[in-house]
Amino acid sequence: MNRDLSLLIGILVSLFAVLLLWIVYITLSAETGPRLATLALEQLPESGVSHPVTAVLLNYRAYDTLLELAVLLAALLGIWSLGPAPAGFQLAGPALAVMARWIVPLAILTGGYLLWVGGHAPGGAFQAGALLGSAGVILRLAGHPRAGLPSEEAQRWLVVAGVGVFVLIGLLLAALGYGFLTYPKAGAKWLILLIETAATLAIGATLAAAYVGGRPLGAAPPSTPTPTEDARA
Amino acid sequence: MSILLLAFDAILLTTLLGLATAAVLSPEPRRATMLFIAFGLWLSLVWARLSAPDVALAEAAIGAGIGGALMLAAARRAARRHADIDADATIDTSEDAR
Repeated sequence: MNRDLSLLIGILVSLFAVLLLWIVYITLSAETGPRLATLALEQLPESGVSHPVTAVLLNYRAYDTLLELAVLLAALLGIWSLGPAPAGFQLAGPALAVMARWIVPLAILTGGYLLWVGGHAPGGAFQAGALLGSAGVILRLAGHPRAGLPSEEAQRWLVVAGVGVFVLIGLLLAALGYGFLTYPKAGAKWLILLIETAATLAIGATLAAAYVGGRPLGAAPPSTPTPTEDARA
Repeated sequence: MSILLLAFDAILLTTLLGLATAAVLSPEPRRATMLFIAFGLWLSLVWARLSAPDVALAEAAIGAGIGGALMLAAARRAARRHADIDADATIDTSEDAR
């Protein structure tokens, strides 16, 4: 690279670092104003869950979580648009195969636990989904070409399930007069659990499909000759 | 007790900064990714120390685990593509020489 250019980039990055340090300094030295945390903790009994982080993610700031799921979906669509998935790895040797046989059910079980425990302790949809996704990564590394995911059509339903259930519940609540994603107090817990379950499945499927790295391989590979191609040949 | 904790925090922070610098400055993608995974795991320790277990869990599972696996796969694919291009280039030059 050009020497002057790298010098310029270095100076700009240093200036940016100084700016960031200055912002941290004035934030730390400023007086503590009204904090959102007290407000969030006050409203916790109304939110349907007893863990403040889950209450923020799925109730007070449900929009943010919905958009995060949409970002994941968009990323996967980008990966699928790059072309078909490369062929998988060769079938694993005995050591890796046995490890996969133990780790994958454990990861799925732990994912379910994290999903359930998210209501009252650290956990939640993203962590549970990441565990499901890593189970898929291990399966792919052990030689399963589709990373344990179902057929292409089922995969499409799975990856839109998170955003779909989220938006459907939001629209349903809006139609009933509560407002988009404003849960009634009585059903808040079960609505949040329903959204989180769909989000967990969608995140797990999306992350595993992202690791596969291309459009899913259909039941019949496209290279099999069709009758019309035979006729033309 | 507090001095012990302070020393622990100091070690945590210096190692974190060291891992980050090493990951950024590493010329080889595979090596950089491995350093990044170590950085992510270390960062989740820092989050746990800041008593933010939710963020620590997410960082370890998504930042270090899935992100690292995706980047390793990308690095492998990029290396294979470079190797293919290099092989094509050598074939081309040998054909030119003929």
